[in-house]
Amino acid sequence: MSTVTLHKVCKTFGEGKLAVHALRDIDLEVGNGDFVCLSGPSGSGKTTLLNMIGGLDRPTSGEITVANQRVDQMDKGELAEIRLRNIGFVFQAYNLIPVLSARENVEFVMQLQGIPPEIRHQKSKEILAEVGLNGMEDRKPAELSGGQQQRVAVARALVSEPALILADEPTANLDSVTAEKLVELLRHLNDEHGITFVISTHDKMVMGHARRLLKMHDGKIIDDIQQR
Amino acid sequence: MMKRTLPLLATLGWRNLWRHPKRTFVILFAITLGVWFMVISAGMMVGIIEQQVRDTIFNLTGHAQIHNPEYRDDPAIEHSMPPPTPAMLEILNSPKVKQWSSRVRLPAVVMSERESRGVTLVGIDPKHEQGLSLIGEPVVEGRALESIDDDGIVIGRRMAEKLETRVGKRIVVMSQNKNKEVADRGFRIVGLYRAELESTETAYVFTGRKTAQKLLGLNDDLSEIALITYSRDGLEPLVASLRQAAPTLETKSWKELEPLMVSALKVYDNFMIIWYLIIFGAMAFGLTNTMLMAIFERTREIGLFQALGMRPRYIVGQVLMETFILLLIGVALGNLTGWFTSDVIFADGIDLTEFARGMESFQMSSIMRFQLEARDLITINLMVIVLGLLASLYPALKAARYVPVEAITRT
Ligand SMILES: Nc1ncnc2c1ncn2[C@@H]1O[C@H](COP(=O)(O)OP(=O)(O)OP(=O)(O)O)[C@@H](O)[C@H]1O
Ligand SMILES: [Mg+2]
Repeated sequence: MSTVTLHKVCKTFGEGKLAVHALRDIDLEVGNGDFVCLSGPSGSGKTTLLNMIGGLDRPTSGEITVANQRVDQMDKGELAEIRLRNIGFVFQAYNLIPVLSARENVEFVMQLQGIPPEIRHQKSKEILAEVGLNGMEDRKPAELSGGQQQRVAVARALVSEPALILADEPTANLDSVTAEKLVELLRHLNDEHGITFVISTHDKMVMGHARRLLKMHDGKIIDDIQQR
Repeated sequence: MMKRTLPLLATLGWRNLWRHPKRTFVILFAITLGVWFMVISAGMMVGIIEQQVRDTIFNLTGHAQIHNPEYRDDPAIEHSMPPPTPAMLEILNSPKVKQWSSRVRLPAVVMSERESRGVTLVGIDPKHEQGLSLIGEPVVEGRALESIDDDGIVIGRRMAEKLETRVGKRIVVMSQNKNKEVADRGFRIVGLYRAELESTETAYVFTGRKTAQKLLGLNDDLSEIALITYSRDGLEPLVASLRQAAPTLETKSWKELEPLMVSALKVYDNFMIIWYLIIFGAMAFGLTNTMLMAIFERTREIGLFQALGMRPRYIVGQVLMETFILLLIGVALGNLTGWFTSDVIFADGIDLTEFARGMESFQMSSIMRFQLEARDLITINLMVIVLGLLASLYPALKAARYVPVEAITRT
């Protein structure tokens, strides 16, 4: 069983002479519970690929399936729904809603899902503890360090138990020690909860933790390495 | 689903407002000022209108009148009516009627030693006019009429000046009797009355009803019966029952007796709506701009909402909720300050005596009181909130149309 399937996916920005082919005929399957790293030079199409899978943008052509649903054919509302239920996002920065505390940020998704308050509180407490943020539940994002903010974002992505978490350079703004801790956390969550991760990175350390390493260049996947 | 999300939207809305306290205060001030202005202008308008209606009703009109059907076209002696029948009396004396009175009311000429003037001679029953018409009010000089056969005369203060006469002096009243002959008689001026309008003071002179009937050879015949009820609301059915009891006579409510007044009221109503819309227009401009600025600043965040799976309609809901909270606070403050202005600061009304002198023809009385009506407050508040939400619909829809990738990648 695969969580994500891409078939001949192309993405072109602009037209004619100015056209940028960000993705060229990508075929890809990501298995359930895998931990995939996307690497490649700047501009090779990593972010674009993640955005396509997460339905934040539409492919120019090709088919994308996430959790057995055709993402490329969905309208805005349906995309919102599948993101809410099946996909968690972690971005490079500005992941959190500034006016909400760490706990409220984690509960945000559950609130949209209509989960009752008691269960929400229980779960957010557990998950924040799991990512090592005991006692910081009520801090606003501005009162947390970059690493702590990323942990909150991970906790939020995780809490609704999605089939898939997409992370675009989640460690780029962190020092190496904090970055390593975060990746270990992600890997741990992958081992424990069986959640599928697709992560883009420039960081060798992060690539070292991947089960599967994809190398991109100029909109194509040029290498596909199974690691552990 | 929407219900579960409402607390979340409210939390976001409330906290977002205080991200830029200064900006929020500015727009709150604008909304408050706008609502305050609408509230006091409504209060002022209603105050003036109510005063006019009360003056009109008090000006011998009452809430309803019964006449000979010809009388209103031609208030001549031959268009008198007989005294009320038992069927009419039963209704007139019922608890719905607060006060009723029968009158003789006919054109006449009054003459002093120096001047003569055309007037309306009104023969009244003083006890029954109390609280019904202006003649029930205290007389400013001399005494009031005391009984139905009082043979003194009470004239307006201004009339006394015109006739160059005063209390204690005699004047002659001349009119036509039932047989179309000249009837005249000397009266001693026993008192002077004052009215809201000077024109009233020169229009009517009052004597006892029996005295007038005798002078004009009317026996028990009358010119009119006037009545007031406890509230203006139950008037129509009462008028209908009187029409049934006296089919040969004409019974009319004040709205029919004073059609000009009624159409003036309608004009005021329409004018107020236009007035509200003008004030609101200025307010809406500020509101739309503020919300546009807010969503522009939060583009990234809105992209994040979308990435996290917030449906477009909740993004619309979030912006509307924020506006709603803003409007609610502004409307509450506007009402509060409006109430404070009208019922505390100017609780005794504003004295316009100087101003009113020049406005006699506009029929304004000299003390203006604010009158806040629930109906007007509801109109204002509903209008501001509903139209305010509409004004923020544009920014809200704009936010929902953001494309997630573009919103998120914008720095
Ligand atoms: N909205 C856009 N409009 C036009 N071109 C775009 C747009 N987004 C991305 N591109 C182009 O698509 C290509 C792939 O960009 P992408 O952001 O996916 O690269 P990346 O691998 O994530 O790079 P980085 O490592 O720097 O984040 C680049 O050439 C980029 O300039
Ligand atoms: Mg990128």
